[in-house]
Amino acid sequence: MPPAEPAVQAQGVHKFYGSLHVLRGIDLEVRRGQVIVVLGPSGSGKSTFLRCLNHLEAIERGSIRICGELIGYRETPAGLVELRDAEVARHRRRIGMVFQQFNLFPHLTALRNIMAGPLHVLRESREAAEAEGRRLLSLVGLPEKAETYPGQLSGGQQQRVAIARALAMRPEVMLFDEPTSALDPEMISEVLEVMTALSKQGMTMIVVTHEMGFARAVANRVVLVDEGRVVEDAAPGDFFTNPQNERTRAFLDKILH
Amino acid sequence: MSGWDWAAFRKYLFNLYLLDGAWTTVWLSVAVMAIGLALGLCAALMRMSGHRLPRDLARFYIWLMRGTPLLVQLIIIYTGLPQLGIRLSVIQSALLGLGLNEGAYLAEIIRAGILSVPRGQFDAARAVGMPYWTMLRVVILPQAARVILPPLGNNFNGLLKTTSLASVISLEELLRRSQMLIQLEFKVLEIFVVAACYYLVMTSLWGVVQRRLEAHFGRPYGSSGEPPRRVIDRTLLEQDAR
Repeated sequence: MPPAEPAVQAQGVHKFYGSLHVLRGIDLEVRRGQVIVVLGPSGSGKSTFLRCLNHLEAIERGSIRICGELIGYRETPAGLVELRDAEVARHRRRIGMVFQQFNLFPHLTALRNIMAGPLHVLRESREAAEAEGRRLLSLVGLPEKAETYPGQLSGGQQQRVAIARALAMRPEVMLFDEPTSALDPEMISEVLEVMTALSKQGMTMIVVTHEMGFARAVANRVVLVDEGRVVEDAAPGDFFTNPQNERTRAFLDKILH
Repeated sequence: MSGWDWAAFRKYLFNLYLLDGAWTTVWLSVAVMAIGLALGLCAALMRMSGHRLPRDLARFYIWLMRGTPLLVQLIIIYTGLPQLGIRLSVIQSALLGLGLNEGAYLAEIIRAGILSVPRGQFDAARAVGMPYWTMLRVVILPQAARVILPPLGNNFNGLLKTTSLASVISLEELLRRSQMLIQLEFKVLEIFVVAACYYLVMTSLWGVVQRRLEAHFGRPYGSSGEPPRRVIDRTLLEQDAR
């Protein structure tokens, strides 16, 4: 394996909401092509951490680098200074994100949702954006839904379009924030299948989820976040059968009964 | 008492002088709406800004414009400002006065529209790398438009009639033209009723346009015409209250 710089490098990340100390020094390194599953009880800060990675949330201390590039800040002798909106926006192009509630643009068709980024952010031609949009719709198994509005799609279909929308920016890293938690049970597998296929193509992925089957089968590493810290970071085999931390054991006891 | 004169009513119903005044009313309303939308959008965005100064400025503007009569504003601009050496033509004064006033009312309507767009839409737009203005143009405002349009249409209907206030600074829109015609022809009731009919036609035509616009922006949400579930985001509201 070439000694390439890590795709994601988070160091000592702290985040406060007012006086609430949500993230208490998170370190995480993800090499290119790796899939990391992040587990943790609700309120542990795992979703907040994900939102910090593409600077949807500012951080109070620490640093986040994607492919070596500092996200949301620039370094000065006096410390890190938050970047202006346009520069943060440019950083976010390299980081795709999929949300629990899909967040498709309801006023645009499925195809237009996917084209929005290439068209308005990358300033690609309409033809190129549309061709890529249709290719991605096929990739997620929805070639016939190009002209359909999100309101007429099932939850699973919406989430697959949302994945295609994120992929249209050709990101280096994909973040998934509980992508199947809002879905009816029968729709979960269709979304997980798309994610599994994506991982096989070498996409770097950080996935916050409660799908243990996915964690076992697809993840290179499983990370447990609790009270704003990483308490366990191991390969899935070790994580589920031989956890080192007491809190991991307690967490697994609860979710695996 | 001379009674109602049908012949005079019919004669004035298609009077070119009055029709020309009605046309002035229409283009003045459209121009004021355009100015008001631009000012209203700016003020709405400033009201929601994270910084104190723009927020306070916008609040002051809205407070001032909504707290004083439009008639007084028009008179101050046209009759009062020359005392400070600022001389505006009748049309400039009308556009400025009506535009500033309309902007203040539209600011609150636009703000409510933007607040009605779920927080997740802002997240999603940012996550695909959209800068602020792109996010507004491509994602937020088209969705806010659905919520903004009904009250906005209501405002435009009002504006068609409110422009008659510009008659006091001698702008020759429909009401002023009617008054001038009356001074020549002495058919007070007939001419004013004709003017009222013109206003009715203008507001009714606008009603048709408004329904079309609402249908257009409602199309993605299905033919039921039922409004989508809109959750006003509490965190945004609280942020604003601070």
